[in-house]
Amino acid sequence: MTDLNPSRRGLVLAGTALGGLLLAGCDRLSQAPQALNILDAAEGLTMRAQRLILSGQPLAKEFRPQDISPTFKPNGSFSPTDPAYLALQENGFADWRLTIGGLVQRPLSLSLDQLKALPNRTQITRHDCVEGWSAIGQWTGPQLGGLLHAAGLQPNARYIVFHCADNLGGPGDGGKYYESIDLFDAFHPQTILAHALNGQPLATPHGAPIRLRVERQLGYKQAKYVMAIEATDRLDNIAGGKGGFWEDRGYEWYAGI
Amino acid sequence: MSEVALPAGGAKASAAPAPPTRTVYRHSRVVRITHWINLVCITCLFLSGLQIFNAHPALYWGQYGADADPSVVSLGAEYAPDHSLKGVTKVGPLSFNTTGVLGVSHNEVRGYPAWATLPGTRNLAVGRRWHFFMGWIFVANGLIYLVSNAINGHFRRDLLPTGAQLRPRHIVRSIIDHALLRHPVGEAARSYNVLQKLAYLGVILLMMLMVATGLTLSPGMDAFAPGLLLLFGGRQSARTIHWICANLIVLFVLVHVAEVFIAGVFNEIGSMITGRYTYRTGARH
Repeated sequence: MTDLNPSRRGLVLAGTALGGLLLAGCDRLSQAPQALNILDAAEGLTMRAQRLILSGQPLAKEFRPQDISPTFKPNGSFSPTDPAYLALQENGFADWRLTIGGLVQRPLSLSLDQLKALPNRTQITRHDCVEGWSAIGQWTGPQLGGLLHAAGLQPNARYIVFHCADNLGGPGDGGKYYESIDLFDAFHPQTILAHALNGQPLATPHGAPIRLRVERQLGYKQAKYVMAIEATDRLDNIAGGKGGFWEDRGYEWYAGI
Repeated sequence: MSEVALPAGGAKASAAPAPPTRTVYRHSRVVRITHWINLVCITCLFLSGLQIFNAHPALYWGQYGADADPSVVSLGAEYAPDHSLKGVTKVGPLSFNTTGVLGVSHNEVRGYPAWATLPGTRNLAVGRRWHFFMGWIFVANGLIYLVSNAINGHFRRDLLPTGAQLRPRHIVRSIIDHALLRHPVGEAARSYNVLQKLAYLGVILLMMLMVATGLTLSPGMDAFAPGLLLLFGGRQSARTIHWICANLIVLFVLVHVAEVFIAGVFNEIGSMITGRYTYRTGARH
C-alpha cells in the first residue's frame, strides 16, 4: 500500500472531523450543569465502593522517620490576614480557643495547652494534594473522636464542620475556608487535630495553631487554621452548601481518590 | 473467530475476474461492543488525564514528590533572555525546548496544550469528574471483555501465541514482514500473526496496569490495599508508571490505526462493526 485512495483519504478526513466534533462536544458538555450532574454520579459510586472496602476502618500507611520529605510543601493559604487571627498569632496563640459546638450535648472551649495535654497520637503519613504531588510528614495531636466523645454528639449529628481563619477566596464570608467530614472519618483513629509537624509546632504556612488530619482523603480536606468545630446534620446551609471551600468550587466532597 | 464461512462479499460479476474471496465471522458481538466503548473511554480518560497532569506537571519516583524534590519528568516554563516565556520539557538529565506545545502554549504556562486536554480550559475539578466517570465505565467494560472472553475461549484460541509462533525465527520474519508492510493472505490472514497477538495481549496488560496504578493514587485505596504501594514503589512511582502506560497505550493506538489502514480500512473497520471479515483465499499479494 503506497498511497491512500480518494475514498480512503475521505475516510481519514471524516474520521478526524468526527473525532474533533466529539471532543468539541465533550468540551461543551463540561459547561452544561446537567452533564456535570451525570459525571457526578461517579463520586457517589466511588464513595460507596471505598466505604465498603474501608468498613473495617484500616489505617492509612504509616512511614518510618527516614521516609519523611526533606521539604513539606505548603499550599493554599500561607499566612491568613484576618485581624483576629493575627492578634492570636502575635500572642503565640495563648488566647486561642478551639470551640466545639453545634449538635453536641456539652459545647467545649479548649486552649492549645489543653489540647497538647490530652492523649496525643503521632503518625508519619503521606499528604496527597489533589494536584498530584505528595509529601510525607510526622503529625502530632489529639484524636478528633476523643474530643467529640467528650462533647457528646447529639443523635442527629451527621457531619463535623471545620471553620478556618484563612480567606483563601478573598475577603468576606464567601471566601472563608471551611471543610467537613462525616462521622465515619471523624472517629477514625488517625483523624487528629495536629499541632505539630515533624516534632515542631505547626508553622503558619502549615496551619498554625492546628490543622485537621484525615488521612484517607486528599489535601484539601486537611483544613488548616481551625478555629471552630461544629457538629451538624446538614451542609447545604453553610457557605456554598457543598460542604467545603473547594467543594463549593466544583471539587468532590468525598476526596478519597 | 467463528469457523462459519459466509458467502463471499463483492460477488457481483465484472469484466475482470475478481480474486476469490471468503467472508468469515471474525469478531464476536462482545468484542465489537466493548471495543468501541473502550475507544470512547480511553479517549476521554487520556484527555482528562492530561488536564489532571497539568495541575502539577512533574513526575517523581518513590513515595513522595513535590516542588522541592527532584523530578524524573517535568513540563515547565522558563524565561528566555529576551524575557519571552519558553516551554522546557525535562526527561531525566535531558532538557528540550518545547515552546508552543509542552510547558508553554499560546504564551501561557501549561503542561499540555489546551487542544489536548478535557476540558480545554484549565479546570482540574471538571477534569477529575470526567476521569473518574469514564474510569468506572472503562473498568466495567474491561471486566465484561475479560470475563466473557476468558469463558468463551477467545484468549486461548485467538490471542495466545502458539509454540511455533514464539520461535525466534518466526518472530523475526514477522517483524520483517511488518516493516515491509507485507501482510499475510489466504488462510493465514484469518488468524492474528504473532506480533499482533503480542500487541493485543500487551495493551490488555497496559490497561490493567493503568487501573492498578490509578487506584494506587487514591489515599482511600492505599489504606485498603497498602500492597499496591509495595508493588509500584510508592504513590509517586505509581503516578509516573500511570503516565508511562498512558503514553504506551497512545503509541499502541497509533500503530493499531496505521495497521488498519495498511491492511484495508473498510474491511477492518467494517469487521469491527458487523463482525464480518473478508480475505482473499488464494491470490498472492
